[in-house]
Amino acid sequence: MDIRRDIYQAIADPTRRAILVLLTLGAMTPNAIAVHFGSSRQAVSKHIQILAECGAVEQDQRGREIFYKLNINKMKEIDHWMEAFRKLWEIRFDQLDNLLNDL
Amino acid sequence: MTNNFLFEPDLDAKTIHIVREFNAPIEKVWRAWTEADLIEKWIAPKPWIAQTKIMNFTVGGIWLYAMVSPEGEKHWSRFEFTAIEHVSSFSSTNMFSDEDGNTADGAPKSQTETKFTSIEGNRTKVDVLKTFTDAATIKMFAERGFKEGTIMGYNQLDELLASENN
Repeated sequence: MDIRRDIYQAIADPTRRAILVLLTLGAMTPNAIAVHFGSSRQAVSKHIQILAECGAVEQDQRGREIFYKLNINKMKEIDHWMEAFRKLWEIRFDQLDNLLNDL
Repeated sequence: MTNNFLFEPDLDAKTIHIVREFNAPIEKVWRAWTEADLIEKWIAPKPWIAQTKIMNFTVGGIWLYAMVSPEGEKHWSRFEFTAIEHVSSFSSTNMFSDEDGNTADGAPKSQTETKFTSIEGNRTKVDVLKTFTDAATIKMFAERGFKEGTIMGYNQLDELLASENN
């Protein structure tokens, strides 16, 4: 099954958002991540896999262990769109100020 | 003069909360948000324009309108009004649509509740709460805003600066 993944799927799930918050503290192995969650390691692995497919996290091979770290640039995409949306509303409201002056 | 602008996305709650104050009495602000010819004057970021095809501001009625780019590209949206309290609040379901107001199955959808509060009789606070079906939907609405927001860029700024000089 080929599912197109994007950064918004990464943040669509509360567990995945929690994993992302955890990774802001630093890179972690899947086992280290899993101890923070009540769900099974398998379930956490699945979430990490989705996060990787979305580009939200990257693998970092250290010796025999795989660490996962945040892909900061990818996460910034969210801010970017949201900022544009915010800007749109600012512009609208400035235009509305002008209209109200003339009304 | 501060207008107390607030734009607060909450991805857990799948909401965006937008607040703004306007220097006009509540009756005027209400009209500017609920009469098509007035909404058209502020809802589209220049040089985009808004064009209304249908406006029926009653519960169950719709506002069908297009955002039109300078090249004539049209993006249609359909608002269905789900609750109206005159000069106080209204709610709508917002979806992207085609020019006949048809919406695709699973098309991005948001619910919007807009409340108006009078401040000392001559100012008005507008409080908008948008609720999205999922985080991906927020993205779609934001992308659309991005598209319409980028083109305005410099010429709007030029216009603004020109008017400051007058």
